[in-house]
Amino acid sequence: MELSNRELWTLIHGMGLGALFLLAFAGGLAGFYSLRPEWLTTAGIRERIARLDVGTVVMAVVAWLTVITGTWVVYPWYRARPPEGATELEAYPRYFLLANEHLAGWHEFGMEWKEHVAWIAPYLATVVAFGAVYYGRRLAYEPAVRRLLIWVFVAAFAVAGIAGLFGALITKAAPSP
Amino acid sequence: MAVNTERVDIIVADRDVFAGDEAAMAKPDGPLAAVLLAAGIGSFALGLITTLAEASSGFRDRLVLNAGVGPLSGKTIWATVIFLVAWAVLAARLRNRDGLLRSATTIFVVLTVLGLLGTFPIFFQAFAPE
Repeated sequence: MELSNRELWTLIHGMGLGALFLLAFAGGLAGFYSLRPEWLTTAGIRERIARLDVGTVVMAVVAWLTVITGTWVVYPWYRARPPEGATELEAYPRYFLLANEHLAGWHEFGMEWKEHVAWIAPYLATVVAFGAVYYGRRLAYEPAVRRLLIWVFVAAFAVAGIAGLFGALITKAAPSP
Repeated sequence: MAVNTERVDIIVADRDVFAGDEAAMAKPDGPLAAVLLAAGIGSFALGLITTLAEASSGFRDRLVLNAGVGPLSGKTIWATVIFLVAWAVLAARLRNRDGLLRSATTIFVVLTVLGLLGTFPIFFQAFAPE
């Protein structure tokens, strides 16, 4: 039982970084939602803000690392062109999918959407992290800003979720050799 | 019972002091508006570049900054450069401005929705030459 270099990077990209971003979302959302002065003591707000700052910054960094590893490490393996006349295409997922009429949609729609839309997630996650750090404890007294950051946070999660879902489904349709 | 009353008093007093302190720390919303607008601009740029690359093979070829990654390398690098430059410029200009968040949010939503549309395959593939 061992992992190839390709499998290891796919694991880091999808199950490590990508899954970490999606799983941390629930904690971040709860942190923003409950950041209300009428619900928390002074010490509670300080503790909550410190956790929210660290959490949103880590999530933004993770979102950037996820798209960078996905595009610059994993994607070249996905789109590698097979040698002329090759009939065994399992090592060339893009061409494997396109060669099968009932699988081609996974590339033409799924991968085409995933590879582009995923890059919007780190932009949105950066907005959320900046907003949390910039406002700090003041965020508890700015409900409009908090609501805005919650919605941007939800949008980042939705975009990352689309990319993650199609990543998992495409890996299932065209498994690595 | 008397102990409980005293405890509530302490917490309320503590909270009031904190609320006053925080109220004095009001911050201009310009910096947040700047990053929000930059994210919208970056998303829109990504959608626009993706759609233009589909419509023009010459443009798509110029986006190949790395042979392994193909045109996606140029699309993502240029969109990210546009995001970062927009953020830097807007942050400098809006640093001390306030009351911008409502209009910035509207512009952000419009640009981001257009960016999402431009990265949606059924949309951008409609621009591919026959």
